[in-house]
Order: sequence, then structure tokens, then C-alpha cells
Amino acid sequence: MRESIKDKVAIIGMGCTRFGERWDVSAGDMIVEAASEAFEDAGVEPKDIQAAWGGTLWTGMTGMTVGHALKLQFIPITRVENACCSGTEAVRNAAYAVASGVYDLVLAVGYEKLKDLGSPGVPMQQGSGTPTQVFPQASAPGLFAMLATRYFARYGLSREEGKTMLAKISVKSHDNGSLNPKAHLRRKITVEQVLAAPIIAWPLGLFDCCGTSDGAAAAILTRADMAKSFKDDPVYIKALQIAVGFGAGDMSVDYDYTHIEETYRAGQAAYAEAGVTNPRRQISLAEVHDCFSITEAIVMEDLEFSPRGRVNEDIEAGTFLLTGELPVQPDGGLKCFGHPIGASGVRMLYECYLQLRGKAEERQIKDPKLGLTHNQGGQPPSAAVAVSIVGRDTG
Amino acid sequence: MVGIVSYGAYIPWYRLSREEFRRAWGGFAIPGERSVANYDEDSLTMAVEASIDCLADTDAGTVDGLIFATTTAPYTEKQGSAIMALALDLRRDVRTADMTNSLRAGATGMAWARDAIEAGSLSKVLVAASDCRLAGPSSMLEQMLGDGAAALLLGKDDLIATIEDSYSISDEFAGLWRASTDTFVRSWEERMVLDEGYSSVLPQAIAGLMKKCDLAPKDFAKLVLDLPTDVRRPGRVATQAGFEAAQLQDGASLFMSVGITGVASGMMGLVAALEEAEPGDRILFACYGNGADALVLRVTEGIAKLGPRRGMKNHLASKKMLTNYEKYLKWRKLVAEGAPLGRGRDLTSLSALHRDSRILLGFYGKKCLRCGTPQFFQGGVGYPPIRVCIACQAKDQFEDYRFAGRKGVVFSFTQDNLIPAMDPPAAVAVVDFDGGGRAFLDLTDRDPDKMEVGMKVEPTFRKLFFDQGIHNYFWKIRPIRC
Repeated sequence: MRESIKDKVAIIGMGCTRFGERWDVSAGDMIVEAASEAFEDAGVEPKDIQAAWGGTLWTGMTGMTVGHALKLQFIPITRVENACCSGTEAVRNAAYAVASGVYDLVLAVGYEKLKDLGSPGVPMQQGSGTPTQVFPQASAPGLFAMLATRYFARYGLSREEGKTMLAKISVKSHDNGSLNPKAHLRRKITVEQVLAAPIIAWPLGLFDCCGTSDGAAAAILTRADMAKSFKDDPVYIKALQIAVGFGAGDMSVDYDYTHIEETYRAGQAAYAEAGVTNPRRQISLAEVHDCFSITEAIVMEDLEFSPRGRVNEDIEAGTFLLTGELPVQPDGGLKCFGHPIGASGVRMLYECYLQLRGKAEERQIKDPKLGLTHNQGGQPPSAAVAVSIVGRDTG
Repeated sequence: MVGIVSYGAYIPWYRLSREEFRRAWGGFAIPGERSVANYDEDSLTMAVEASIDCLADTDAGTVDGLIFATTTAPYTEKQGSAIMALALDLRRDVRTADMTNSLRAGATGMAWARDAIEAGSLSKVLVAASDCRLAGPSSMLEQMLGDGAAALLLGKDDLIATIEDSYSISDEFAGLWRASTDTFVRSWEERMVLDEGYSSVLPQAIAGLMKKCDLAPKDFAKLVLDLPTDVRRPGRVATQAGFEAAQLQDGASLFMSVGITGVASGMMGLVAALEEAEPGDRILFACYGNGADALVLRVTEGIAKLGPRRGMKNHLASKKMLTNYEKYLKWRKLVAEGAPLGRGRDLTSLSALHRDSRILLGFYGKKCLRCGTPQFFQGGVGYPPIRVCIACQAKDQFEDYRFAGRKGVVFSFTQDNLIPAMDPPAAVAVVDFDGGGRAFLDLTDRDPDKMEVGMKVEPTFRKLFFDQGIHNYFWKIRPIRC
């Protein structure tokens, strides 16, 4: 990387829909809902937008999904797809366009209308991934469950110890989600409830899995040097990194199934770009890809928030609670928002945007300086991972 | 002299108590149990299993003939033996043929194979007999049938038994039959079927063979007959042909534990007989079905040198009781299923299947010539053919590397209740193969309560799904069977 994105681009407006089973609205409706909040927040009009990016996996084709919804007229709009990183990809492409000096004011929207697809979970095509369709019969929970099976085996956790460790991750996220009016799942849960829930894919039970929701979120970006003309308290982009693996874990006996190399690499690149040398101390809050409880556990280690194999100590210590040393999923995470694929990355950014500006109300963390978002697309052990860092201040 | 080089057999892991049929339908339960092919098995996959067992100590490249004998071939217009040839890694210039439409097709195949070898046009012919027949639900025949396979390798050298002679009768009568449009075996009134068929034709064939060879019943250690729908009939045929009861290979216990396995029935009996045979034993093997084929075998000293195999004995002992009859109905697709919600599968791509036939059917991966890493690629998000080494990134420096026959260890697994499955929970595992290489595969023939990291597994040839009239075969893994 020749140059860093750090402090070149600022976010001056954001919006986020309520996530949930939005039977009454379309993807376009949600794009309008999210973008309108962002326009109002930034104090700009749709006609001011010079270019736009839409991130989605399955909802609509081309940039027209965004253009038609918002009636953006004859500007360049691009649909981007990088699985669960799609929303962050929209922001990243928008940020690079601004940093290039070509545009001053751009829009990035992430959206997904999952609940029109008729699937109780993220729709998995049987045998998908290969034209010969010989991929084994496993759902998304099943594919991630293998991380848990291996994590338990590697670190000598009994079934109960392992399940309890994971349960506490979900309980924490539900606690946070209960404080968030935009979350899909807003009920607090207990460790006992998590442990008693039906098994979806052993060892993951119902509460180890995130919800399935509709949602959209939007961000308006401008040049850092212009940000204050729109807003007194913009948020600055510090790092936008993507790491895409080459499938080594699928085929190589060296892969341990207890970490995601792409997350580690994207994290390292983002820390370098943002100038973060001690993530555990310097990152104020993190919104990570907790599609399943085990994913969050492993991400804590990959992002160097916890030492390898020792995330349980931090879970036990309450490190990642809203009141803890490094709050994780302060908005409730995928666990409570569900995972409308393209929307998630921008939704995470929205929480950072609120927290860094002291606008997170009941969930507000004390004096946050840097927020981190993490998306993990694909299935273990093949991943496309995005790690972004945003900050309250320049420098 | 032409004869038998080796034998193998296969009995599905699952057995169903015949009480379960009575539980479901009322009426009468025949004593004992029957074998039930798993949902991912059919006559072809079972034939592959028996063949692998048979070829345990044979270089597959020396086999130049393959006969697939069955009445339940997965295709009516596509050769099953050609699919088997890839699964068994037989050479390109192998003569393959499917011997079908008669319950004696296995014995017929043996006779034809013997003649081809005798004539010098082939040197080693594998004859695999397998069946997975269906009888109408609630019929007595449904309780009687079983699924299974047996295989014999015929050749000229290293024989465990010579084939001294053969004799055949053709007979138009079929008391059991299926039209090409029938799903279930049809039968005429049972006594007539047996009197005019099995009990009439087999004694003629046995007598004809003995006359041709100038042998008498006392010259034989064993008489091996296929099983008809009345287990008392082989005994009557033996008596009629002048044999003592003790000479008859025990078919009743096979009936009690496995059932009538169609084309495989006779050959499974022969394998069981060979497992007990002593050098010098003469065996008369006869199978009925629109006529009969009868052969005289003479066991050689070589039988003592045959390496260990699963055969009948080990497969019989390795079993799991199927808990209910309804599962059998589902596995045989005899109950209507609701349309699955969602996108289901993509259209089966014949071009992709063709391109990857060696990977899919032969379970071939690659081994890097530079760093020596074996690698298999069947899935993942993308689908690159292996041209670049996963370990050292060398390009196009590979040799073929076959994973079939290599055992492995479960590195991680899950049991998935969410994905639609024929035998939930769906079990999948990441497997590290002995000697290197990792694959992510479906796990079959497993006990859900006994899954663990580190368990030893082996590849097994199975059917993944059926679409566009195409049976999609591939390899799964299972806990080491026995």
C-alpha cells in the first residue's frame, strides 16, 4: 500500500433503518428510510450527491436499486458485492473516490431484503459453491459450528465449558440490543436460556446464531478538509482494509480452524493504516461480525483484543461489556440486528458514528476515540474480511 | 485354468427388524431383519463397495474387464459399469458391460467372463453383482428383500478357486418380474412361481452341469444357491438334486440377517462359502432367473494366501438397526415429500460433471511435484481447478493423487439440524487424510452420538443427489466400517 486513507475522508451524515422482519416495506423503501436520515443528518439534499455506491449480495442488480429508490438522477451509481463485506465495500469505494479528488460528496448505502427470500436463515443453496454441487450439506450455522468444535477440542474445553463461554457472548449482545430501538431482537436473555435452547448445528444452539432480518444503512462522505463546513462533529476514516484469502484452509492441513487468517491480516493492515499499535488499549469500541457466537470469540483473538486461546478470560472479566474495557457490539451486533448481508457493514459504522459523537444515548460509551468494524464474508475457512477504523479526531 | 482370484462383498450398515413392518402395517412379521441401503446408496454404489473389497490386494490397473450385474441399474440408458470403472480407477481400455434384467445376471456374468479369459481376449475380469430392489409397501416381499452386493475377480493366475466348467439353461418363464415402467417387483401366485420356476429349473441345471462334468453330488463339498422367496426351497432343490442337507450353503441365516438381495443373493452366498472353504473343496454354484447358470468351482491352496477383507462375515457383524420403517420409506423415496422452500439446487451441469468426472468419481486430487503437498479441491466459494499449489504456489507442477482408499482423521465436524437432510442431523466433517491432504465432506453411516474430533474415517462412494435424471455420485466419508 503506497498511501493511507487515514484522515483524508470524513463521514458527515448517516442513517440506519430499524432492522427486523420488515414485511411491510421493500428494499427501496428501506434505502429511502436510511438515506433520508443521512441526508437530514448531513444537511444535504439528494441532488447534492455526486456519486453513489450500493452494497448488497442478493437484493437487486446494478446501481439502479439505489438510483430508482432515491431518484438520484444520472450520476454514477455502482453496485458492489463482496458477500458480508458488501456494505463496507460500498463505503470503501466511496471513500477512495473522494480521496482521489474526483468527488466531494458521495453516498454509500448497504441494504438487503432477506425476508423476501422465504428462508428461515440466510438462504443457503444446497451444494452451492461449485458447479458440480458437491459441497457438503451444511447450513451457515453448520459451517461456523466447525470452528467451535475445533476450538473446544484444541483448548480442552468440555462441551459445557465451551457452550457457557459462547453463551456469555450472546447474553452480552442481547443486553446491548435491548437498549437499541433499531435492533431486531430486543429481549435480554440469560446463560441458562442459551444453554437450554435447541441445537441448530452442534455445538451451536439457537441463541448462538444471529437473527435473519431486513435492513439498510447509509453514509454520506466528503473530503476531510471540507467536513466541518457540513458538521461540527464529523467522524474521520482511519483505515479501510480488505483481506481475501486463497482457500488454503479448505485444502491445507496446516489450517487450525480456530482462527480466521483473513481477519488477522485485515486487522493488521488496518492497524498499520490507522497507526494503531496497541489495539486492545487504543480501540474504544468494536462492532464485529458475530454471525455466530463462536465467530465473535475467534475474532477477539484475531484482532488481538485477547491472546490466542484465552478469549474466555476476557469474557469472564467482562472486558467486552458495554461497561467493560473494550466494549464489543455496543449496538447489539448481528446477534440482535440480524444480518441483512449488504447492510451490516454500514450498520456497524453507524454505531461507531453515534458513539464517537456521543449520540448513543443509553448505550453511550465514555469518551471513545476510535471505533472498529469487522465483516467476514464467505464460509470458514474461506473468507473475505473487511476491517475499518474510524475516529473522532484527526491525527 | 481360469478361476477366481479374489472375492469381496458389501452389506449396508443399516438393518431393519421385520417387526417394524408389522408395527407399521399390521399383519405378520417374518422373523429376523433385513439390510437397508442408506439413502445415499444404490445398486451401483454397493457394487463399488464390494469391488473395492474384492480388489483389496489387486492392482486395479491389471483389471481389463468389468461386469456390473444388477436388475436395479440406476440408468436404463447409461452404463453403470462405466461409472464404476472410474470409481474403481480401472484403466481406460477396460471392457465394461452391464448384465441386467435377470436375477442370475451375476452367475451369467461369471460364465461369460470365464469364457472371455479362457479365450484369451481378457485376462482379469471383475464381476460385481448388486441389487436394491423394491417391493410394494406392506407386501410380504418387502420384508423378505434385502440390499447388498458381492464381487468376484476372475483371472488365470494366483487363483483361490478354479472354475472347472459351467452350464446354462434359458427359460422364458418369470414368476417375478418388473416391466420397464414398474417400480415394484410383481409376482404371480407364489406356489406356482416356485414350482414352475426355481424348483423346476435349478435341479435341471444342476443335473445338466454334473452330467457335463461327469460329477456326482458326493464330489462336492458345498452347493451354493441363490435365495428364492421361500427359504425352504433351496433345501428341497438340494434334496431333489441328490445332495445332503449338510452340503447346502446356509441360506436361511442370510435370509434372517440380510434378506433376498436379488442378483447379489447367489454371489453373496458364494463369498460366504469361500470364506469357509478348504483347499480341494469343490463347490457347485447355481443361480436361477429366467433359466439358470451353474458353475463348478474347485478351491485351491491359494485360498489360504488371500489377504484380509471385509467380505460377508465382517460386513454382517457391522450393523446399525434402523429405528423405524418410515425412514426406509423416505430413503427409498416411497413417501411424497413437500416441496422444499427456497432455491434448492442449481441445475445439474453435465458439462461440469464431465469436466470433473475424475475428481468426482475417481476421487482424484493432485500432489505438488515441487513441495510434495497432496491437495483436494471440491468446493469452497470459488472453484478454481488446481493449477496453483496451495502450499508453494508452483504452477502446473502436479501429479495425480488419488484419495480413495486413504483413511483419514476428523479434524472438525458439525451435526446440522437446519439444512434439509435425508437423515438429520446432517453430518459434515473436515478430514485430514493419512499422507496429507484435507477435504470437507459429508459424513455417512455414522452414529450421531459417537461423533468426535480425531475419529478415524474412510472414503465411501455415494450418491449425493438426483437431478435432471442424473445420479450425482461422489465420495463421502464414514467412520471406519469394520
